[in-house]
Amino acid sequence: MLFLQQLINGLTSGSLYALIAVGYTVVYGIVQLINFAHGEVFMIGAFGSLAVWTIFFQGQTSILILIPMLLGAVAASVGVAVLMERFAYRPLRHAPRLAPLITAIGVSVSLQEIVRLFYPGAKSPLPYPQIDYVSGTALQLGDITLRRSAIFTVGALVVSAVFLWWFINRTKLGRGMQAVSQDPDTARLMGINVDRVIVVAFALGALLAGIAGVAQGLQTNSISQIMGFTAGLKAFTAAVLGGIGNVAGAVVGGLVLGVAESLATQFIPGAFGGTPWKDVWAFVLLIVVLVFRPQGLLGARVVDRA
Amino acid sequence: MTAMLEVTDLQVAYGKIEAVKKITFSVDEGQVVTLIGTNGAGKTTTLRTISGLLRPTGGSIRFQGKPIQTTPAHEIVSLGIAHSPEGRRIFPRLTVEENLLLGSFSRKDTANIKGDLQAAYDLFPILRERAKQPAGTFSGGEQQMLAMGRAMMCRPKLLMLDEPSMGLSPLMMKRIMSTVRTLREQGTTILLVEQNAQAALRLADKGYVLEVGSIVLQGTGQELLASDDVRKAYLGED
Repeated sequence: MLFLQQLINGLTSGSLYALIAVGYTVVYGIVQLINFAHGEVFMIGAFGSLAVWTIFFQGQTSILILIPMLLGAVAASVGVAVLMERFAYRPLRHAPRLAPLITAIGVSVSLQEIVRLFYPGAKSPLPYPQIDYVSGTALQLGDITLRRSAIFTVGALVVSAVFLWWFINRTKLGRGMQAVSQDPDTARLMGINVDRVIVVAFALGALLAGIAGVAQGLQTNSISQIMGFTAGLKAFTAAVLGGIGNVAGAVVGGLVLGVAESLATQFIPGAFGGTPWKDVWAFVLLIVVLVFRPQGLLGARVVDRA
Repeated sequence: MTAMLEVTDLQVAYGKIEAVKKITFSVDEGQVVTLIGTNGAGKTTTLRTISGLLRPTGGSIRFQGKPIQTTPAHEIVSLGIAHSPEGRRIFPRLTVEENLLLGSFSRKDTANIKGDLQAAYDLFPILRERAKQPAGTFSGGEQQMLAMGRAMMCRPKLLMLDEPSMGLSPLMMKRIMSTVRTLREQGTTILLVEQNAQAALRLADKGYVLEVGSIVLQGTGQELLASDDVRKAYLGED
């Protein structure tokens, strides 16, 4: 029973990692850039949804409000991601790879500070609204406790994964993305506008990160400008674990990481067990996988075959 | 009548190294024109510049009268120039059919694409048999067929083929060259870059010999085949 409970907890946090990890991997698959500001794209999504609630629906709890909140989250995330691509990364497209990496860290810090300074009240963590059905009292199924936000998070991952698979494998633009990730020059010879594909990659990652921002708010009932740091680091770990550049790998990596953390917390006895060691075991898992399978669990297959 | 493709005083450099030094040549509609020369003569650089992957440092490229030397690569395709690159460069982890469909990426007339897919399969029946297989599993000759089929999928007015016979068996080479002839009979204008000068010149209406970035000789395919210089330098005869 305990095992099942921890499995559910692990899948919940893992789904969140997976939603964010896709953003790292899609962008890496297209431009070989680790966008270290992606955690902030997730954070901005949470704030976007909170802003929609505060401005239009203050005090309300109806489940229907979740739709405009999600739209607000996605609009904020996608908007910020597209702007950072256009103004921070595109000018550095042909620069040495260290330059965009340092820029990414700069963008990350800037976004945190912008939110802290300019979002009303964001100097301390802000309470996230309670929404009917998806937050509040947990469901009891026998001995298993199932948090409502967990159902939302896992459900969001499932829907997102199906959408991604369809987009990458079944649409013309998705096929264009695969072509760019395999051979950018030849993709241009096919008439594919590589700049546009890169924007789409950023937007696609941000779409999922925005949804994850809402999921995180519902799970923890509070959001802050630094929430993107740890979540981003974990999601990046998940992306590498699954095979950076591989979309299916990001999903698998996120889930594996979440479950491993949960199980380690519960079942490793003595001084090395328990919540304080959660992150340690996550990174131990990463190191072990990278030693024996440097390409990640599913292999680094740039954006291919979601 | 103006030429379909007119390249005038084209210069291309990689940093300080000039790869193409003021070359001038033209391709008329319906012709097969070949650029021959040894490795490093600037043939591939010339094609990559025409298709927009490289920017010239000087000179002009006109296609159907319009200058295209500053047009981005992805827009040049929609003007009707297809480029089948050196080394085939098929997308290895996509299927044959997906590779072919990518060739039609720039087209707006989606209704006709299905028919052109069948035309590509008719040109190379082996591609139809293996439509759902990842292209990376193919032999060099099959990849070359796929690369040519893919280039035809944009309904090009001008087809540029870079070293289509490279690394192929003599039999496969013959097959590829006879396809080039078929495409020409169907009315496609072709700019062919080849190291196999003999095969290329036999097909060509016109040929240019490049040496370290300059055109040193030009003439009809027959003239060049008969030229002593060409025979010595490229056909391995004394």
